[in-house]
This record gives sequence, C-alpha cells and structure tokens, in this order.
Amino acid sequence: MSQAMKLVELAETAPADAMNALTIRLDDELFAVEAHHVREILELVPITEVPNAPEFVGGLINVRGRVVPLADLRVMFGMNRAEPDEDTRIVVMEVDMDGEPAIVGILADKVHDVTDIEAASIEEAPKVGMRWRPEFIKGIGKRNGGFIIIPNMERIFEISGARTAPVAASEERSAS
Amino acid sequence: MNISDPTETFRQEARELLDELEAGLLDLEQDPSNSDLVNSTFRALHTIKGSGAMFGFTAVAEFVHEFETAFDQVRKGQTQANAALIGVALDAKDHIHLLIETPEAKILGGDEILASLRAIVNGETSAPATPKTEPAPAPANKKSAAPAPKAETATWRLEFYLPSDALIYGTNPVLLLEELAEIGPAKITALTDRVPDLTVLDPETPHIGWRVDIEADDPTAAIDDVFLFLRDNMELSLNRLDAADTLALDAETAEEPAPAAKVEVQPAPAAAPTTPQSAAPRAKPASGADTADRAAASSLRVPAERLDELMDRVGELVIAQARLSQIAGLSADTALKTIAEELERLSSGLRDTTMGIRMVPIGTLFGRFRRLIHDLSSELGKPIEFITTGEDTELDKTMIERLADPLVHLIRNSIDHGLESADKRAAAGKPAKGVVRLSAVYSGAEVAISVTDDGAGLDAVRIRAKAEENGLITPDTKLTDQELYHLIFAPGFSTAKEVTSLSGRGVGMDVVKRTIDGLRGTIDVTSRPGEGSTMTLRLPLTLAIIDGMLVRVGNGRYTIPLAAVEECVELPEGIEAHAKGRNFLDIRGALVPYLRLREVFGTKGESEPHQKVVIVSSGEGRVGLVVDQIIGNNQTVIKQLSKLHSGIKSFSGATILGDGSVALILDTAHLVAAGQGYVDRNLTGRAA
Repeated sequence: MSQAMKLVELAETAPADAMNALTIRLDDELFAVEAHHVREILELVPITEVPNAPEFVGGLINVRGRVVPLADLRVMFGMNRAEPDEDTRIVVMEVDMDGEPAIVGILADKVHDVTDIEAASIEEAPKVGMRWRPEFIKGIGKRNGGFIIIPNMERIFEISGARTAPVAASEERSAS
Repeated sequence: MNISDPTETFRQEARELLDELEAGLLDLEQDPSNSDLVNSTFRALHTIKGSGAMFGFTAVAEFVHEFETAFDQVRKGQTQANAALIGVALDAKDHIHLLIETPEAKILGGDEILASLRAIVNGETSAPATPKTEPAPAPANKKSAAPAPKAETATWRLEFYLPSDALIYGTNPVLLLEELAEIGPAKITALTDRVPDLTVLDPETPHIGWRVDIEADDPTAAIDDVFLFLRDNMELSLNRLDAADTLALDAETAEEPAPAAKVEVQPAPAAAPTTPQSAAPRAKPASGADTADRAAASSLRVPAERLDELMDRVGELVIAQARLSQIAGLSADTALKTIAEELERLSSGLRDTTMGIRMVPIGTLFGRFRRLIHDLSSELGKPIEFITTGEDTELDKTMIERLADPLVHLIRNSIDHGLESADKRAAAGKPAKGVVRLSAVYSGAEVAISVTDDGAGLDAVRIRAKAEENGLITPDTKLTDQELYHLIFAPGFSTAKEVTSLSGRGVGMDVVKRTIDGLRGTIDVTSRPGEGSTMTLRLPLTLAIIDGMLVRVGNGRYTIPLAAVEECVELPEGIEAHAKGRNFLDIRGALVPYLRLREVFGTKGESEPHQKVVIVSSGEGRVGLVVDQIIGNNQTVIKQLSKLHSGIKSFSGATILGDGSVALILDTAHLVAAGQGYVDRNLTGRAA
C-alpha cells in the first residue's frame, strides 16, 4: 500500500508536459503504464486458473478480499512467457473496460521505477516494422537512449473483452 | 441522496401509502362489505392528506380531501363499494400519484374524477343528495349512553392527555383542539396539574392536559377521528354531562366570563357533511388504526445501499473467520480453537440474520400485478381470474426489484396473446373467465416463478412462420417445439397479428430474457395447444452468500452451491471402459448423465484413481459432476466475475477461500443443461 501511496504522490508532482509512468519489464522490453492508474504492486500471489478462459486473462487473484482478473500482456504482444521468478510482480491497475472502471492485475517480469517521460519524446508507433499489433500501442517513448513502449490499455482490454464473446456464444449453443 | 430532504421523505411515504390504498381498493372490490378494508383505505387517504398539506403539496391535500369526503359515504355504510366506484377510485389514486410526483406540472382531469366519484357515491345512496340520518342498523357503539339516532344535544366532557412522544412526532395540540371545536360549540380548559417543576420539565413532552366540553349529539365517532393516530398511548375519557354537572361546571369556571373564555371555532364548511352523521356503522375505527400503526412503527426504513454495505462487511468477516478457523485447526492451542469455534457460530448467525434482512417475500411484488390485471382485463374486455400462490417465498431484495419488469411483460403476454377472446373461449368450451396464475416455489438452490394461463397456448406454426419471415431461421431448419418456443425471446420477434397498445411491438420478450440472464436465471417455456402455456423463471435464491461444497479437480478447487447438491457417490471403477456414448450412472434405478469436470475444464495430469460424483439438480434435471476429491463444506461469499470472464458460463462467480486463494463457483443450472445436451448429442462435441 505504501508503495502505491508513493506512486500517487509522485503522480501529483509530475510536470504537466510529461507522462508520469511506472516502468515495467515484460520479456526483454520496457513498458510504461500511467502511474495514476496504478493502485498497488503485489508480490506474486496464488493464481487461480479459470478453465476455458482466454489465455490473456487466464487467472484470478485475491486483492484485499476482491476477486480480480489477472492479465498477461505478454500474450497480447506475442512474447515469450517465462516462469515467474523472484522479480515477478503483479501491478494492480484501474482500467476502463467498456467505459466502466474495472480493477485488473497485470503480470510484470520486473517492476523498475516511476519516471517522467517527456511528452515531446513520445512518438506514434510506426505502422510497419514492428512485431506487435500497432493498435495495442499508444506510443513509444525514449529514455536514456532506449525505447519504452506505452501500451494502449483501453484498447487491449476492449479487444480481449470482445474475444470472450464468441466463446460465450459457442458455449451457449452447446448448452441448449 | 439526501435522506433528510423532507419532500423526498414525503414522496417515499406517499408512494407506500398509495400502494396500500390501491391494494385496499382492489381487496374491497372482492369483499365490498369488509369494514376493516374500508377503514384502512380511508386511513391511507387521511394520512396522505395530512402529510401532503404539511409538506406544501396543497393540490394533493385538496384533491384527497374531496376524494375522502366522497369516500366517507362508503365508510359510513351509506353506499357499498362496487366495481364502478373502485374503478374511479383507482383513477383518483393515479391522479394523486401524478400530483405527488410532478407537483409543478398542471395536471388536469382531477375535477372530472371527483365529479364521477361523487356521482357514483350519491347515485347509489338515494334521491336526496343531502346526507340523511338513516336508522342505524345496529347501535353497536361502545357508548351505551348514546341515545337513539335522533338525540337532543347534550354536553360531553372530554379530558385527555397526549402521549409523551406526541410532540416529537409532530402532533400539534392546537390543531387537535380546533378539530374538536368543529364538532360542536366547545369550551376548552387546560389542565395544568401535571406540569412539573421547571427544573425537571422536559419541553419536548406534553404536560398539559385538556378538558373540552362539547355540545353535540354524540361526538364519540368524531372524537375518535380526531385522535385516530394518537389513541394508542393517550389518556382519554369522555362522559356525558347531565344538567347538574353542567351547572356545576359553570360554577367552577365562574370567574371567567363564560362566552368569551370559550375557544370557539365555527365548523368549517368543508367539514360540515361529516359532522351531523350518525356514527353507528363504524364501531371500531380506532382499534383498526391502532394495530396498523403499531405494525408500521415496528419496521424501519433503511436505504438499500446501506444493506449492501453491511452485506459486504459480513462477507469480509466470513472470509476472515474461515481463515481463523483454518489456522486454529492446525494449532494445538485449545483456547484458540474455542474462540475460533465461537466466532464461527457468531459469524454464521450474523450472516443468516443479514441475509434475512435482505430477503423479502415475493408477495410484495405479486401485489403490484393485481392492478395490472384489473386494468388489462377491462381494457381488453377479457374477464380474468388472477390466482397467486407462494407469496411468502423469499428472495433477495435486489432480485425482486429486477424481476418486476420481466414479470409485467410475461403477464401482459399471457393476457394479450395467451388468453382468447370471450367468443373464442365459449367456442372452445372454456369458462368465460380466463385464469392467469402466478406462482413462486423453492426448488433446490433456486426459486421457480411461473406465469401460467389457460389460453390457446403458443402457436408453433405461427412462431415458425414469423421466425422465417424475420430471417431468424431458414425454412429447412429443424427445431423441436421447445427450441421453437424459445425463439419468442429473440430480439424483434412478435407473433401478435395486430399491434395493440400493450404488446405486439416485439420489444419485451428479448428484454425479459436478457434481464433473467443477468440474474443468472433461466426461462422454461411449456405449452399445450388449446390448454394454455407456462413460462417458468428459475432464479438463484440470492446474489450474496451461499453454503458451498468445496471440491478439487486437478489442482483447481471449485465450489458447488450446496443447495443444488443431492448426493455424492463414488464413480464405479471400470466405467471408463464403455464411457463413450454411455455417460450414465445408475442411481437407484434412475439414469443420471454425468460430466467429467476434468474434461469440461481441460484439466491436465492424471486423475485420481477413486473419483467421486456429486449429483446436482436444477429444475427437473439432474447431472453428476465427476471430481477428484470432495474437500468439505464452506460458507461462500459470491463475488461477481469481471467482464473479462463473463463469457464463461460454467461459473456463476468466484469466492475467496480460507487460505486467501480464489475458487470458482460452478453454475449448476448451466452444467445440468450442458449435461443433458452432452448426452443428447451423444458426445458429438465438448460440452463446455
């Protein structure tokens, strides 16, 4: 909790023309998520597998008495999914899902720090030459000569929500 | 929301009173001579008038006053309640409702309603419109002193002390005295003998008593009226004074110049018709009011969200308690074990009580439909008998609220589409009165609510034609009658040949389906041509906490709602060998299909050598669920799954176990249906 509080404080002191972001590592890429969406960062907790759920949101975790879906962005970005180790964390975030705020957990191979990414340094994702689907990326920032990927959370969760729909329909058919 | 907003409070209260009024009127239609009903109806009116005036709803107060005046004739037994009167009275009730909900809007039609109300009431009595003193049927009055109806005016001495909480509840003694003075010329004296010393005086308690000497025929009934809502706890004595007493009285108060000291109020013109009445037919309005008031006082109005909050807290407590029990179970400390057991007992009691608060008998909902049926019946010219059963079946409050609209749709459909017109019924040899039944009954972990009519039944041919026309199915689609019936829940579907104001627009049934799905319920349709149809809604009992049976499948733990569990058996060994195509267990002679949850969930790894089967039921159907291990029972706080998982129908939610991990709750209704389908299709595909 104290870590989350610190994040909020930092977020409030951020300069207006910069994005205050939490940087996390997925596979071998650095990602930045908006700090004010982050509620807390948890060590790895027991994950309950949801049978027949999409791979992207295959689990549930208990966050202070709340049942929260656990998403693995690595699935969406087609990344290598390493087994969790001592660096693995769960970032609990508030995201917009079909216009309603929802709490989700996101697996991170490692959580780095909270930083300001200057708005000027953020560029639009190139339409070609990327191994990821461009609609999942809001932009690419630069820091210390390296790139930071800023994922488009709303879009990612919207897509995954839509993806479960066909599963539901086929289940319903088989049930009746 | 602002609880302290007095206008909103008044509206809320008025809504309930109007419901009461409506119920009373409808009951009265069935039982016109029941004076208790007349009185309760009158009381509801009276209260609306009183509080309406208090909160500045003058239009309401005026209208209700006129309504009340007309209705008073019924109360006095001068006219009987009949269908026409009830009809107009219901219109009047609707008018009041409009006035209260939209006080700023100009709402017309009030005068017409009142005029027809008066016409009916007076037309029924006799030619002279003036209230007449008819010979009282039976002077069953408690005042034996009351002489025959035509009595000479006497002086009556009334002494009263208000109940100690009267001022707190907003009683204004001055208004009471004014009302008393309207009965007849009155002399009012304050009795100050009980006023305590200033040091101990509680200004919120009425200490002053009043002596009122009234000149009237028999003011008993009128006085009862004045104290209608106070009678319970107050001291009141009423005696007839004879001439000697009157003289003595005058002597007593001789120092005051007699006429000037009287608090004299001329009878107000509006109240005039009520005063010179003989009071015989209403022997006990006060006692009726007493019981009703007492019942009202013992219930408490609480915002629903506070209950939800309480439920959440209890949910957390139950989880914490389960963790404690688990730790205590591992420990050797007997003191810890004792307190853990104690806490378990307490929290389970608290859970049940909290659940109980949220549970509301479905009768509250059924009551609302009587008006709907009444209106539909007269609008469509179809006489209808409405029968309800299982009103005391209790359901979660939230659920009941969300059920109102779907049930309205189903009932409308039954009446509009289901019941035939009178000629058609006669031709089919059915009684002219159509029957619509609404029933609720517990069934396992569910409640089944059904709407049944004895009409023509669903027309399979027409449904098919309509579905083909709308492109829902192709002419060569093969469907069973059941599947065909379910098409009526498809969006945009309607079989009514003519669009009436009530139904036939093709909206509704799909909304019904969606609402019921949202409550994790199901809809069954059965129909027999010429005999009628039944729509059955099956709903889980609650949305909050259930008793669950914890099972293990592979490494995953799952909770099965205990109320759905019928029994547990071992999976006979060797059944594997001929599993393909014959997924049945022989349970005491009955064949029960079973599902291997390992297959349904795609669980990896080796299964246990001795698998168990949990037999669960839903509605008529049963299915066996094959699990690796049965762990035990637990209290389960249901947490909704997020939208990301809402598409997975095998689970109705999730819960948090004692060790803090999450377990999924199996949706037994869905699995039973899947199990039936699984067998029907002879393993042509995976069930879930």
